[in-house]
Amino acid sequence: MSSYIPNPDAVQRDMLQAIGLTNLDGLYSAIRDEPRVKPLNMPEGMSELETRRAVSGMASRNVIFPDIFRGAGAYRHYIPAIVKSIASKETFLTAYTPYQPEISQGILQAIFEYQSEICMLTDMDVSNASAYDGASAAAEAAAMCRVRKRARTLIASTVNPGTIATVRTYCRASDAPVTMLPAVNGLLDMDALRGAVGADVASVIVQSPNYYGLIEDWEAAARVCREAGVKLIAVCNPIALALYRTPGECGADIAVGEGQPLGIPLGFGGPYLGFMACAQSLTRSLPGRIVGETTDADGKRCYVLTLQAREQHIRREKASSSICSNEALCALTASAYIAAMGSFGLRQVAEQCCSKAHYAANALAEAGFTLRYGSPFFHEFLTECPVNADSLMARLEREGILGGLPVDGGILWCVTEMNDRGGIDRLADICKEARRHG
Amino acid sequence: MADDMNKMGAPLIFERSKPGARTQMLPPLDVPESLPDPCALRRCAPPLPELAEGEVSRHFSLLERRAFGVNNGFYPLGSCTMKYNPKLNDEMAALPGFADIHPLQPEHTVQGCLEALSRLDVILREITGMDAVSLQPAAGAQGEFTGVMMIKAYHESRGEGSIRTKMLIPDSAHGTNPASAAMNNYTVVTIPSDENGCVDINALRASAGSDTAGLMLTNPNTLGLYEPNVAELTRIVHDAGGLCYYDGANLNAIMGRARPGDMGFDAAHLNLHKTFAAPHGGGGPGGAAVCCKAFLSEYLPSPIVTNDNGAFTLDCGGSSSIGSIHAFYGNFLVCLKALCYLLSLGRDGVTLASSNAVLNANYLMRKLTAPDNAILLDGKPPRACMHEFVLSLKKLKSATGVSALDVAKGLLDEGMHPPTMYFPLIVDEALMFEPTETESRDELDAAAQKITALLNRAFTDPESLRSAPRSTPVRRPDEVKAARSPTLRYGCRTAQ
Repeated sequence: MSSYIPNPDAVQRDMLQAIGLTNLDGLYSAIRDEPRVKPLNMPEGMSELETRRAVSGMASRNVIFPDIFRGAGAYRHYIPAIVKSIASKETFLTAYTPYQPEISQGILQAIFEYQSEICMLTDMDVSNASAYDGASAAAEAAAMCRVRKRARTLIASTVNPGTIATVRTYCRASDAPVTMLPAVNGLLDMDALRGAVGADVASVIVQSPNYYGLIEDWEAAARVCREAGVKLIAVCNPIALALYRTPGECGADIAVGEGQPLGIPLGFGGPYLGFMACAQSLTRSLPGRIVGETTDADGKRCYVLTLQAREQHIRREKASSSICSNEALCALTASAYIAAMGSFGLRQVAEQCCSKAHYAANALAEAGFTLRYGSPFFHEFLTECPVNADSLMARLEREGILGGLPVDGGILWCVTEMNDRGGIDRLADICKEARRHG
Repeated sequence: MADDMNKMGAPLIFERSKPGARTQMLPPLDVPESLPDPCALRRCAPPLPELAEGEVSRHFSLLERRAFGVNNGFYPLGSCTMKYNPKLNDEMAALPGFADIHPLQPEHTVQGCLEALSRLDVILREITGMDAVSLQPAAGAQGEFTGVMMIKAYHESRGEGSIRTKMLIPDSAHGTNPASAAMNNYTVVTIPSDENGCVDINALRASAGSDTAGLMLTNPNTLGLYEPNVAELTRIVHDAGGLCYYDGANLNAIMGRARPGDMGFDAAHLNLHKTFAAPHGGGGPGGAAVCCKAFLSEYLPSPIVTNDNGAFTLDCGGSSSIGSIHAFYGNFLVCLKALCYLLSLGRDGVTLASSNAVLNANYLMRKLTAPDNAILLDGKPPRACMHEFVLSLKKLKSATGVSALDVAKGLLDEGMHPPTMYFPLIVDEALMFEPTETESRDELDAAAQKITALLNRAFTDPESLRSAPRSTPVRRPDEVKAARSPTLRYGCRTAQ
């Protein structure tokens, strides 16, 4: 049993004596209602080696796929060695929220740099220090936009289903209505949007590249929103932002997204990184921590948690959200990733994703898996599935390949810089084979 | 040069940037180039930093030196449970068998992940005395939001959603409690504390009624006191038809000694990054479990892991579930660290951890409230505390002008992380100490000596405290300036 307690029994006894007690049970005399004395029904403790064996055993019961062609909200990208080294620095790992700025400048500055980078990527004015994940960031963004008479949130049905589900949950908690906007050919139906932006609508959530990988027209959506006095929430992929029109350029009011592609491992879904940035006019309703620059008593530049009048520890029930702990280390990891890749490297990742996805789409089309939608896509695309999807996935799995995700009767494929030409060709060959033999 | 560095502080990464500097991370493209139509491209490249890898490494190493973690020294930040974070747990979470697993892999390829979640679920049920668990919340506050939403769903299912509109919350509660209640559209009714800092039972009785949705309570409370009437408190709320929510921020005091489920609570959240030793990462990722009694389990967020004789599945839940609060299954790798911790400690270890957390807190409190310090501290200190305690420096402030903030800043010069300041809100000039069980007696003795010396210095040299700290990388920041003319990003002042 390891308990990480540094005081040996004899020292504990001395300490007990110093406070007038004879045993540890005496510490609990305040528990009057049925004090629980019977031992917990859980396993005996283990040495470090035994724990290592037990937990490594669980890891070995998972399948690591050498080739992954599945995204749908979680993306495998190359993580440079330096990123892992920075993210595991002991002090970054073991610090609490930087409540004492004088000894927390390193963490505060890292968050300030992260905020700046998110603003640069999205072309928005202000970023917070992070939200739990992309899905809850979208939900928080919807809450930011709600005002008394405008409570309704519109969501394009082409948004990632995990995000839609989370936005629905948060809206339901606040008794705020949600309306889904239909799609035409895999894209938000702009006519439906025009018809839906009524006087009770607070915001519209549009994702690009959307769930099917297609590029949505944020600019057109922003025009419709502006005329109707409605806010546009742009859900984005941070890698795609290195290449495509940005939420800021297109006139979005808030940009949110899942920051996991920025150097954060797949990790079976978390911890990930919700990023959130907005136009300056919305700064005071942005939830969560925000770091600002100031000067110290000697006039030296420094950083602090700021605009805290928005937050739960000051405003309590009037706060913009209850969020307290966020994903600071994931934000720092993203910042390290951006620094390691640089402006050039990030664009290279985006370009390789795009090129390889198009190469794969062609190869799969030749194998009989034709594209369902004709409009431009980034690194994901939906194909028809001319064979039984389950048996195709099983066949791919035997070859160490995680195939695309079966979606809407087709398959949603994802290709990143991690997939090389040989792997894509092999995928297409297996698909062709599957089609031939059924 | 060292002086220059000190004067300049750490340059921002953008100031280190040299256009064209880079490290080649990717091989050349091995397929024909296929890029978007030019009109779809962003107008100009983002002005992100460009550095060689060595420069990136130095930058973050400098930032690390300008931070303070549990590895650097005593960190008695009250309500935050800054215990030692065992290294094995980080290593296990980095295993490729966990880190490289896609969340949407087929179930039969993620049995190890599901087993880990399931094992943690079973242990947490036992520790809390609850019947069902969701590990989806990404932090304590999201756990609260979830738990309160489950309470709301329960009342709605009984047709009482529009009647039960009030959430009762003690005035000593964490700010996240009222904020989470408000996110669920509840009206917050603040319950005052009695003269001992515990819930005023008569005030609770007067507030509980047919419009009560529930009570949110932290026990031990934020003063580090075990609510003496907790069973009576939960009974009052239940009698009124409300439900009881347990904020598990302070669970580290009572593992193996008392269980929220036995105290009468219906739902609870636990902070995996506090009680269960997952590192806090400078502000997250945290992790939380929402635990509940059987009658609330149908409302838990989906999906939930189920175990059928060693075959694990993700159950998407029925129509009563409040739905999803996260894109996937929560902060899995944080849950994994909590599981490693619990497997290491086991049955006796968790009880011993809590007992020693309480022992250390009482030992430190006794030292700080020794008779020769008594004139400096306000009010009569409690005879005993649980895992944390709160001192009021109100008297010291009126006698010397030195505030709790000044004392905290003085501690920075002593190489110690200060306790939580100005919380709970019901105590003037509060300093809240939570030493945790992983500090040695020597560390506590040294801390007590430093704090005592500072309290005495408030009389002899108050100015030195009002101008502290002096030895830190920066001195007190101008927070008013930061808020009045915010600069929230590089190269851009935000006018407000």
